[in-house]
Amino acid sequence: MLAFILRRLAQAVVVMLTVAFVAFMLFQFVGDPVTNMLGQDATQEQRDALRRDLGLDEPFVVQFGTFVANAARGEFGMSLRQGQKVSTLILERLPATLELSLIAAILALALGIPAGVYAALRRQRRSAQVLMGLSLLGVSLPTFLIGIFLILFFAVLLNWLPSFGRGETVALGRWSTGMLTVDGWKHLILPSITLCVYQLALIMRLVRAEMLEVLRTDFIKFARARGLTNRAVYYGHALKNTLVPVMTITGLQLGGLIAFAIITETVFQWPGMGFLFIQAVQFADIPVMAAYLCLISLIFVVINLVVDLLYFAVDPRLRAERGGH
Amino acid sequence: MDSPVPSDAAAAEPGALARFLDGDVWHSFRRSPVAIVSSVLVLLCVAAALFAPWLAPHDPFDLATLELSDARLPPSWLAEGSPKYLLGTDDQGRDILSALMYGARISLFVALAAVLLSVVLGVALGLLSGFVGGRIDGFIMRVCDVMLSFPAILVALLIDGAGRAMFPDAHEMLAFAVLILAIALTGWVKYARTVRGSTMVERQKEYVQAARVIGVGSGRIMRRHVLPNVLGPVLVLATIDVAQAVIIEATLSFLGVGVPPTSPSLGTLIRIGNDFLFSGEWWITVWPGIMLMVLALSVNLLGDWLRDALNPRLQ
Amino acid sequence: MKPLLEVRELRVEFPTRRGTLRALDDISFAIAPGEILGVVGESGAGKSLTGAAIIGLLEPPGRIAGGEILLDGRRIDDLDADAMRKLRGKQIGAVFQDPLTSLNPLYTVGRQLVETIRTHLPLGAGAARERAIELLRQTGIPAPEARVDQYPHQFSGGMRQRVVIALALAAEPRLIVADEPTTALDVSIQAQIIALLRHLAKEKGAAVMLVTHDMGVIAETCDRVAVMYAGRIAELGPVHEVIHVPAHPYTRGLMGSIPAMDEERERLLQIDGAMPRLNAIPRGCAFNPRCPQVFERCRRERPELMPAGRTQAACWLHAPAAAPVGQEAPR
Repeated sequence: MLAFILRRLAQAVVVMLTVAFVAFMLFQFVGDPVTNMLGQDATQEQRDALRRDLGLDEPFVVQFGTFVANAARGEFGMSLRQGQKVSTLILERLPATLELSLIAAILALALGIPAGVYAALRRQRRSAQVLMGLSLLGVSLPTFLIGIFLILFFAVLLNWLPSFGRGETVALGRWSTGMLTVDGWKHLILPSITLCVYQLALIMRLVRAEMLEVLRTDFIKFARARGLTNRAVYYGHALKNTLVPVMTITGLQLGGLIAFAIITETVFQWPGMGFLFIQAVQFADIPVMAAYLCLISLIFVVINLVVDLLYFAVDPRLRAERGGH
Repeated sequence: MDSPVPSDAAAAEPGALARFLDGDVWHSFRRSPVAIVSSVLVLLCVAAALFAPWLAPHDPFDLATLELSDARLPPSWLAEGSPKYLLGTDDQGRDILSALMYGARISLFVALAAVLLSVVLGVALGLLSGFVGGRIDGFIMRVCDVMLSFPAILVALLIDGAGRAMFPDAHEMLAFAVLILAIALTGWVKYARTVRGSTMVERQKEYVQAARVIGVGSGRIMRRHVLPNVLGPVLVLATIDVAQAVIIEATLSFLGVGVPPTSPSLGTLIRIGNDFLFSGEWWITVWPGIMLMVLALSVNLLGDWLRDALNPRLQ
Repeated sequence: MKPLLEVRELRVEFPTRRGTLRALDDISFAIAPGEILGVVGESGAGKSLTGAAIIGLLEPPGRIAGGEILLDGRRIDDLDADAMRKLRGKQIGAVFQDPLTSLNPLYTVGRQLVETIRTHLPLGAGAARERAIELLRQTGIPAPEARVDQYPHQFSGGMRQRVVIALALAAEPRLIVADEPTTALDVSIQAQIIALLRHLAKEKGAAVMLVTHDMGVIAETCDRVAVMYAGRIAELGPVHEVIHVPAHPYTRGLMGSIPAMDEERERLLQIDGAMPRLNAIPRGCAFNPRCPQVFERCRRERPELMPAGRTQAACWLHAPAAAPVGQEAPR
């Protein structure tokens, strides 16, 4: 078990280093690194000083090392566009994105899994087929379009819900939360629904497909042959065997929510990291792009690790390295 | 019903078309309303896109024909609408219907080019990986794993962003190339994996080993034996991939980092229209939205049906 | 002795878009308590389907299209789903081919046993667990108290199949349907499982239907054997007779194609051709295109099972009226 963890950690480090490398390349070769660090308005003296400080005449490996060391501390220089430190900008916007992603994730799981199970168990019924049709709609509609239609309907036509921003937030130390005010919740509704639709549809389809596969296996056949009740067969055996592989895939997908938030935040002008990232791409603000890349990778890698450990905990076949005969 | 004819009736071998028409795929196609409707829709969209220059009632890019007095007209069946502009006009007086068709053209062009590139790249790498094995295989699979852990949109955004930063005053062609490359690079992994799997299975088979012993080149083996086997799954994947590529391109264009503004795709149109939502001119964004939705949905439906039709286990 | 299981003229059909395939055509046999009936035949002959039909687990679109299945004199082929479910496990136990995939890998063996036991018997958790351990012991698993809490992957193939048999026996069924129970196992393990099955039949009085394509297993284990061909029974009789004095030309071909250790033979007997596919079964006797003793009637009329020496065979060679050729065919 320990060996397994160590191996995954080593892989995680490799991935992070690769990502850091890509970010480093962005920094060095796309645009001018000095400008990247100092911003547009630095004087020539400042540039020369930085050039020496940064050791831009140093060998490549040294520069990379410095970059990694800086990145590990969260130091990515100044945003080209906003004139502020990148780390400050990102930290400011982190809570908004995380809250939005969390709500969307909960929605996707709480609705998607039961829907998928239902669609598998009652696959002949009209309602199940309607569900599958809706799920197809969910994966065929681009997120931004969903957001626009929701805004059109609920904000413009019905005027029930707000369509941009976070509303009232409460500061808890360095974290600003929108979940402590009614206004904050109202602002959360449309964006989180928009964000969760795609994932929800995917999860539903995945759960259904996996469950149908499991229902075809020999051990389910044998369970039926033993006369176990439908409830035992479906919920005791089939469901558990379905959720184990589903769990890993959905875990990884939910990590993707944070990236999908880019789109949702743009549509709803939600002040999160994603919105920041888009602006960075539009203006070729390399430091922000690089920082976002590294942070996102870190989040993914951590989620990956957690999911792996979870799998390990749930599937007994992986646990018994030394199982006795 | 007992069929009395023994199985050794050797009729003349029918041609490929006849076999297809008699085959299970065509049969379940004819039976499935979903498949028929979705393929009709797809064909309509493709036709509209392909023949836009001839079918569109107006040319939305010809500045000379635009009349600002006709700007912001609602669809023709509403009051204040004009029969000249069936679905209404935008703030510059451009006909939405025509813009739709041209937009679909751009969207489909980018999506198809990206998927094609994706398939070529993925299949090639998959063949290489599966056939050669060893270090190369390990490396390619590592790359696949890393790429798979990132959502497509992020990869596309990064590549597109880097491209923009590298070529800030890009010519239109270059911008398209970067976009197509960005989308293609999000999708190649699944083809590589599928093909690699099949290649490895085939590679173990005795006839391949025999062929190698007598000196048949690897390329020929791969082409003649592996490729036909993987074409089915690749086709299904590619179909669904087209829908995905359309969506990614639309998203990128909506976000302002997709196609160049001189060639608006459906995403661009939606973006433009978004600004007018609150002033009540919903049609500028809704029609492109619906068109995008219909396009993506029908391609997805078709791909879904195709996957079920080609899946031997569901028979 | 009154039979426990009676199958009368069972017909199983598969509607396909190209027409209806008849996979089982007028199958009739019976099994008495304590008796082991072997059902042997090539792949696709319909052996597993017969077992599936009896348990009531035919995969759609397959369905029972005619005939009757009686358990202890009562019809079970027309029961509703819930009634059938109650029968399964309690009256009829099933053992399938692949022990690797028959067990749920995520639950301990004990949990799966206890669940089955408590579904059919009114036992509390503790009593059920005791019984589970006892079942493991009876099927020959050493140290059952420890192994009851282990997971399936911690058992070897032979052990796993014993667990499967234990599960099938959990509620003490009177009929056991075993579908290729030894095919996936090593020969040495096969012997143990066969011995276990025999023990079950003889000591516990269970009726056993043993489906296999392995004649060796049949010879060792069974009391009677039914030889199936193309969805029909070609020959049915005591195992010793069928093996040594086969009456149906197909059975003769089967016996002749088995290499014997104690005889010298120059060539193994081969039957030309292959079993017909379900959509191309010949008129009359299904075996007639390949039969070395075919004659006119075989091609016209389909033979029912008729007495043939000490067995029954579906072959016109044994028709009550004098047959045009002698009964002893050259080997």
